[in-house]
Amino acid sequence: MTTFTGNRALTLEEPLLFEKGAVDRCGVDLPDVPVVATRLGGLERHREIGLPGLSEPDTVRHFTRLSRQNYAIDMGIFPLGSCTMKHNPRLNEKMARLPGFADIHPLQPVDTVQGALQLIDELATWLKKLTNMPEVAMSPKAGAHGELCGMLAIRAAHDAADLAAATGAHSAAQARTPRRTVLVPESAHGTNPATAAFCGYAVENIPANAAGRVDLAALTARLGPDIAAVMITNPNTCGLFEPDMIAICDAVHAAGAYVYCDGANFNAIVGRVRPGDLGIDAMHINLHKTFSTPHGGGGPGSGPVVFSAALAPFAPLPFVRKVRDKYELVEEAQALASADHDHSFGRMVAFHGQMGMFVRALSYILSHGADGLRQVAEDAVLNANYILRSLQDVYTAPFADAGPCMHEALFSDDFLEGTGLTTLDLAKAMIDEGFHPMTMYFPLVVHGAMLVEPTETESKASLDQLIGAMRSIATRMLSEPAATFKESPHLAPRRRLDETAAARKPVLTWREPAASIAAE
Amino acid sequence: MRYLPHTEADRRDMLRVIGAPDVDALFADVPAAARLDAPIAGLSLHMPEMQVERHLGAMAAKNMTASGGPFFLGCGAYKHHVPASVDHIIQRGEFLTSYTPYQPEIAQGTLQVLFEFQTQVARLTGMEVANASMYDGSTAMTEAVFMARRVTRRKVARVSSGVHPHYTGVLKTLTRFTDDELVTRTPDFTPDDDLAALAAAVDGETSCVVVQNPNIFGHVADLSPLAAACHAAGALLIVVVTEVISLGLIRSPGEMGADIVVAEGQSIGNGLNFGGPYLGLFACREKHVRAMPGRLCGETVDADGRRGFVLTLSTREQHIRREKATSNICTNSGLCALAFTVHMSLLGESGLRKLAALNHARAVQLAERLGRIPGVEVVTTNFFNEFTLRLPVEARPVVRKLADKGILAGVSLGRLFPGVHDLERGLVVAVTETATDADMDAFEDALDEVLA
Repeated sequence: MTTFTGNRALTLEEPLLFEKGAVDRCGVDLPDVPVVATRLGGLERHREIGLPGLSEPDTVRHFTRLSRQNYAIDMGIFPLGSCTMKHNPRLNEKMARLPGFADIHPLQPVDTVQGALQLIDELATWLKKLTNMPEVAMSPKAGAHGELCGMLAIRAAHDAADLAAATGAHSAAQARTPRRTVLVPESAHGTNPATAAFCGYAVENIPANAAGRVDLAALTARLGPDIAAVMITNPNTCGLFEPDMIAICDAVHAAGAYVYCDGANFNAIVGRVRPGDLGIDAMHINLHKTFSTPHGGGGPGSGPVVFSAALAPFAPLPFVRKVRDKYELVEEAQALASADHDHSFGRMVAFHGQMGMFVRALSYILSHGADGLRQVAEDAVLNANYILRSLQDVYTAPFADAGPCMHEALFSDDFLEGTGLTTLDLAKAMIDEGFHPMTMYFPLVVHGAMLVEPTETESKASLDQLIGAMRSIATRMLSEPAATFKESPHLAPRRRLDETAAARKPVLTWREPAASIAAE
Repeated sequence: MRYLPHTEADRRDMLRVIGAPDVDALFADVPAAARLDAPIAGLSLHMPEMQVERHLGAMAAKNMTASGGPFFLGCGAYKHHVPASVDHIIQRGEFLTSYTPYQPEIAQGTLQVLFEFQTQVARLTGMEVANASMYDGSTAMTEAVFMARRVTRRKVARVSSGVHPHYTGVLKTLTRFTDDELVTRTPDFTPDDDLAALAAAVDGETSCVVVQNPNIFGHVADLSPLAAACHAAGALLIVVVTEVISLGLIRSPGEMGADIVVAEGQSIGNGLNFGGPYLGLFACREKHVRAMPGRLCGETVDADGRRGFVLTLSTREQHIRREKATSNICTNSGLCALAFTVHMSLLGESGLRKLAALNHARAVQLAERLGRIPGVEVVTTNFFNEFTLRLPVEARPVVRKLADKGILAGVSLGRLFPGVHDLERGLVVAVTETATDADMDAFEDALDEVLA
């Protein structure tokens, strides 16, 4: 059977390491243990842990065989909207492994890690200039963690203002309504409402208008003295830029609230638009998306947060400060008395953030430079619009008439009406053609949504291949029997997996098959 | 711009298909006031690969590396030898550049590894279930406290003074704006008093007691009496482990009665990396699994009845429950979990036990030697691979002087607990399998000289 990409799914079967390892087998040579009187206070472990070992060759083979059951960006396009799966430059990997970055301890004397602090400072400078924001917190460990950081700063700023009002520092006995509600447009990432709730806020949805943008009238109507912040994703999860962004920010500020921007899609505008110019107060930047870090099957990422002048004093600890020609690491609130971070809300993580991702991000940034990053945004947007316009005669594209999309193209399953087939069936059919499916069922504002994000590292040839496959599948779904598609993928290592059974009776760890012993 | 594949002709062809006169037309929704017409001033232009390597290499060269000389720092981040095959496997493109396994049919590699990881972590901690990784130990600890609130419907968390102060700091940050109440204790050098006081304080309002083992001073303790006190009052015992290699030698938290175990997994398979990326481990009792945060991988069957794996119980997650989710975590530390699982597979039970014994023996040797230096007292009686010295003088300047001699000697307690007067003379020293006899000789001689 020929597929579009020439990829045929692999059919390797690999047992679990618990089914092939042995507790007394070891793939590591260790020196002999010196004989000493132990100092464990009688707390030695006696029971067997149950951790089988493999020799080095068997370990390499086990994990290599498993690796071949994964789709990856190194094998082909990964058109996942809202996820930004782009080529992973190997130079970044090489740089992150330099011992001067990889083999240093977070609590070493700062004199011995001046180069590491310089790297953090240099990356921070780029992030501030690219966003036109005066402050950046580097420590958050992922995009969602960055959201939490931004919302904590907003909460701290409001609490400080409440306190000032209550103590009459600003105006005598002025009663303030506690700001306890955060507005989140429907098109937001699911992490946004979860984050606001984690900061102790009530969450209210703001509907999208017919063009897939925030409904400005609905938003301004809801603004009031009880609103702490508005969380907006821009470009939003429909793949669209919010044209009213400046007006939204002005209205929110006039109401005494702050604008949090989910910067997950910053790669669509980097070098062409600075969020600070739009009026945003806080925004996280997914270093792994915008500036590339391999996704690694689900992390690690990194989510620095840029702040406006209003929120800068509330940014978390620690941060790097350059005093004359030396870098300092400010870790404690006591050290801040004279600094402009004197309202810091505290610490987000044990240490200073994702150094490995900082190195990769700076390596990527320097490779592109200010000119190349601008080209990144242009090519990402060009590629997405190419897909949108090449498929909109076959696929329903709900907002295509409203103008160009940004870095991702949104389709819905309306064109499948009456076939009994869904977005899910289409996605699984794409697997048989050698592609990773697009994002499905997201954003929630569109029924049967399919979000396609090609990214800037895909060539025209690769896009044409994807477009060809998507056209072919759509045409076949409208003409061939539905049953053909209900059973795909046919060629993957597994066919449709039973997710309901997995959730109903969860099996989360491997256990010795006691049943077979009992049966004998 | 070697990562961008388009030629100018490609771009023109694509614009023609789109029906746009130029690329600027695609940015029509951006308000005119915010449009940039040229590359941002004051930032460098694109650099060739050689030049990037030179620039970053120069910064890397300014740092003193852990492998560059005698090295004894711990306190939540440990220098261990990572076998070469671990990095080889995590650099395989199929692992390195794959996505979160939302399409399980073509992500069985990642999913099976996560299932193996969960099993390893559950067994290591002595618990029944484990999730598929968190950001790091400190954020995992905070998630555990929130989970205890969900399970017990109580709000008071009591935290031992032996918990890493940065971990407690993260917890303070995230509970600052919720109605959780945090009871922390001032640290001193007598950890047994701390555990007894915690046991006495547990009451009907307590959601959980959080304790670290070995604690920040290196002390290891039997937590069974504290677990009994927690359970008698209906509270959960959360045990934090910052050095997971210790679990190869010391009785597991599960065996001592823990309800939730969180740990920093960096020691197995992952380098120091100046504090990140690290790997949070999270394990608990099976009955609490639906209150657990983070991703879970579960076993199931496919349409042909073959065994396979999927992400499961996602009804707890942010993409479905939004503001009611158990946590807001989206991306986690999948690749670090892979490194952990590979290293653990290489070690196996026998290797882990030997590695742990080696760490302990080396630490005992160095503690005995340093304890003989006049004025130096080893205050930790029972420890694994890390112990606290009380020096005759403040520890911070001593650490700096030893660094000047090329020895990274340990973490001064003054850096971790600023303003706590008693602790300024404290120095926490970690010894792992990487320390040689020559390293220990150099440390002993240099400390003797600096204190003389």
